Amino acid sequence: MAASDAPAAPPEVRRANEIAAQFEAAEPAAAAAAIAAHVRSFWDPRMRHALVSYARAGAAGLEPSVLAAVTLLEQNQD
Amino acid sequence: MTLLKETDLGTPGRPGEAVVGVEVDGQLIAVPEGTSVLRAATLAGIPIPKLCATDSLEAFGSCRLCLVEIEGRKGYPASCTTPVAAGMRVHTQTPKLAMLRRGVMELYISDHPLDCLTCPANGDCELQDMAGVVGLRDVRYGYKGENHLDAPKDQSNPYFDFDPSKCIVCSRCVRACDEVQGTFALTISGRGFDSKVTAGADESFMESECVSCGACVQACPTSTLQEKTVVELGMPQRSVLTTCAYCGVGCTFKAELSGDQVVRMVPYKDGGANEGHSCVKGRFAFGYASHPDRVLRPRVRERTTDPWREVSWEEAIGTVATRMKQIQAQYGTGSIGGISSSRCTNEEVYVVQKMIRAAFGNNNVDTCARVCHSPTGYGLKQTFGTSAGTQDFKSVDAADVIIVIGANPTDGHPVFASRMKQRLRAGARLIVVDPRRIDLVRSPHVEADFHLQLQPGTNVAVVNAMAHVVVTEGLAARAYVDERCEGFEDWAAFVAQPENSPEAVEEVTGVPAQDLRAAARMYAAGPNSAIYYGLGVTEHSQGSTMVMGMANLAMATGNVGRDGVGVNPLRGQNNVQGSCDMGSFPHELPGYRHVSDDAVREVFEKVWGRTLLSEPGLRIPNMFDAALDGSFRGLFVQGEDIAQSDPNLKHVHAALSALDFVVVQDLFENETAKFAHVLLPGTSFLEKDGTFTNAERRINRVRPVMPPRTGKHEWQVVCEIAEAMGYPMEYEDASEIMDEIAATTPTFAGVSFAHLDKVGSLQWPCNDHAPEGTPIMHVDRFVRGKGKFVLTHYVATKERSTRKFPLILTTGRILSQYNVGAQTRRTANVVWHPEDVLEIHPHDAEDRGILDGDQVVLASRVGQTSLRARLADRMPVGVVYTTFHHPVTGANVVTTEYSDWATNCPEYKVTAVQVSLARAAEAAAQAAGAQDEIVGSLPAPTQAAAD
Repeated sequence: MAASDAPAAPPEVRRANEIAAQFEAAEPAAAAAAIAAHVRSFWDPRMRHALVSYARAGAAGLEPSVLAAVTLLEQNQD
Repeated sequence: MTLLKETDLGTPGRPGEAVVGVEVDGQLIAVPEGTSVLRAATLAGIPIPKLCATDSLEAFGSCRLCLVEIEGRKGYPASCTTPVAAGMRVHTQTPKLAMLRRGVMELYISDHPLDCLTCPANGDCELQDMAGVVGLRDVRYGYKGENHLDAPKDQSNPYFDFDPSKCIVCSRCVRACDEVQGTFALTISGRGFDSKVTAGADESFMESECVSCGACVQACPTSTLQEKTVVELGMPQRSVLTTCAYCGVGCTFKAELSGDQVVRMVPYKDGGANEGHSCVKGRFAFGYASHPDRVLRPRVRERTTDPWREVSWEEAIGTVATRMKQIQAQYGTGSIGGISSSRCTNEEVYVVQKMIRAAFGNNNVDTCARVCHSPTGYGLKQTFGTSAGTQDFKSVDAADVIIVIGANPTDGHPVFASRMKQRLRAGARLIVVDPRRIDLVRSPHVEADFHLQLQPGTNVAVVNAMAHVVVTEGLAARAYVDERCEGFEDWAAFVAQPENSPEAVEEVTGVPAQDLRAAARMYAAGPNSAIYYGLGVTEHSQGSTMVMGMANLAMATGNVGRDGVGVNPLRGQNNVQGSCDMGSFPHELPGYRHVSDDAVREVFEKVWGRTLLSEPGLRIPNMFDAALDGSFRGLFVQGEDIAQSDPNLKHVHAALSALDFVVVQDLFENETAKFAHVLLPGTSFLEKDGTFTNAERRINRVRPVMPPRTGKHEWQVVCEIAEAMGYPMEYEDASEIMDEIAATTPTFAGVSFAHLDKVGSLQWPCNDHAPEGTPIMHVDRFVRGKGKFVLTHYVATKERSTRKFPLILTTGRILSQYNVGAQTRRTANVVWHPEDVLEIHPHDAEDRGILDGDQVVLASRVGQTSLRARLADRMPVGVVYTTFHHPVTGANVVTTEYSDWATNCPEYKVTAVQVSLARAAEAAAQAAGAQDEIVGSLPAPTQAAAD
């Protein structure tokens, strides 16, 4: 999906990417795990769901490590 | 309680274990070596007449009233300057001494106005007392000789008068300014009979560098320096011990009253945080509590465009409960939430989070610490295991090297700054890390060894480079690290990488590599090195990373877990620590325990009788986002002015406008109240009954000096809202709330009002392991077991200067004002700071044709405002600075949505801006047909609260 076709990015996208930037130097798997753990610990469920929904809907602008984190979050999605 | 008078022991105590036995008037007493005879005698219950001596100041020996006779010694030595010696036999009352003392008093009184009955200090004058004690009956010299009785008064200070006709030139005021406050604003000028107290370079007090801390007023034994309130109202009749409601130092004061009117606030000598000192805010700026702007009756309105209706408490509380329940019925349990305040007591905050978790049924609770020290909570918990500073304030007395990072203690935390300056004058070394040349860099008898004047936003690069030096030069405390920490090897390998070297980061940080290396070596060498930091650390996109970086550095050098070291946040508001302790964050229950912890939830579920959610709720910025997406509809705001204090106000105002229902509980009709449907009047600190917890984890009692002017305590109002929503929360008084906190929160297990009343204050953890509290944490082991090194990669902020916005704005505060000014702007403190100004380097000003005092426009990509320019080379070229004490300035109109990655603490300290002359900017805007408003020309908003 082209960026222009994507739904408007919710604020969770920017916040998730800001978290991801802190783990850029980490191994991809470790970065994804750290991002997922942070989101799980500190985000309201509706924010987590918004991020997951956005990723499912095309993920335009999401950092790859966030996408990987979303996969981990989906495994524990309520 | 009657008027509380602490015993004045005459001279300061002397630490030390060696004890010397002396005999005073036949009475044996043992005191530490070095103790003065005056102090020893007073401790033995034998007061010696004195005037120039007081126990907050070193002995001076000028008044010659405290003379004694010592067997085997010639003459009549001053007992204040004479140390005890083993076997010494002292006589304090002999005919010869009586004659000498009367002679001294005769000379004093011969040049003193004999207006005792109409003097403001009548009944509280040491000269008057001593005249009585020595039995002065006449003055042989008469009163017609040359004198100072016509010396003109200096009434320039808004809070105290200086009447030199009553001065006995004892130098107590001068010494208080030097020794206690450390400003050195006063001196004795002239010689002999011409000797007089002089402010500055023979200026008025207001013109001088006096900071109006009031230490001189407190030290004055006569009415020479006297509070204007005492002149106006007379001497107070009773005292109530309570805690200041300004900064995170948390000074203990005697509120001295006539009836229920506060006459003056006097810092309490036994206050654990301040030990008898104060600043201009705490001592003098309490008048806001009786300001006519106070809201005293509840108000309700259907729409925010309607006028307010004053209503009964019953109607207001019923409206809140009904509307909140309606919103939840329509939009779900998670559609409402609340914000607690760091200006409220622990007990008030605790009941707010309880109401939200148990009565609202969700975790949508946050606190104003979100926008100041939330990264401290995150960073110190990750590394040390708990979200608090490591030391007590007194610890700085044992520091050899002090680093101040992103804090301006002389303005923001002045009482602690005075203590720090005492230690610096005694020889401790100082490293300041700050883009701005704060006063501490160079002030009387204090000069920083290094001022690392970094570019805003590069804190992490600097701390990593310091760690690089420690690791690569073999300065790490390996034995300490090996025994007490984990993760060192990975961390050491990371910081040792060439890209973290001082030379590699110099271009980014602007800090000369050789200075940074030398500073790092100094810190590592200690032997006791302490870090003190403020919002210049936390309010960045890497605020939490920087907190962890400092913790790493402290652990690597073995500087955690004993006196004189540590990592110490200087909290902005009086109860930031407490509001965080009380479970105000959406992911944590009281005591910093995550909501997902089943065992912890079970504790509260048992006491509260409700099932609690195991998922975090919304943070403040999340609430704004959710308000705009429609999933969040109702908000309760306690004592915080989010419409003024939070960043990117356009976004905040849009979110508040989108809410269906807003409740504000505050002293004043603040900016947020413009978006509110119910306004619940709050209580000032003079009416509150509870506790505050300061930056050193010290829990202090806040005692009411008068009943709530609103008719209800704030915690009562919250409980009644909860009850109206179907969840009874019943307490007889605030002490029962603390009892519940103690019953559910292990770090508070030993805290109660009764215990606090007995011991004065307690630093948590306070429990069976530490029944009298814990001044210094992590002594034998870290709270989390091993101290954890965390990798702290430097990630540049996305907020960059551009061609359009080439300067970086950073913000701070000034001594006389407090946060958004809701309190201090309603006092005479405005004389020192009538408006916020923009400090700009002369080079940047010259490029823009700006002269000192010009009105300028400050613009960022999200908004613009207008204020006056002040040319100042405190700032590096390319960086401008302002305060945010006046809402008309609207500093947060220009701050952006960027925030700390871990906690969403706003990045207040880095905003790309342009500055231009107001006239030129207006002309350009008109030429371009721009419609943007200049905030400086908007109607003045009212007040605010919180950071």
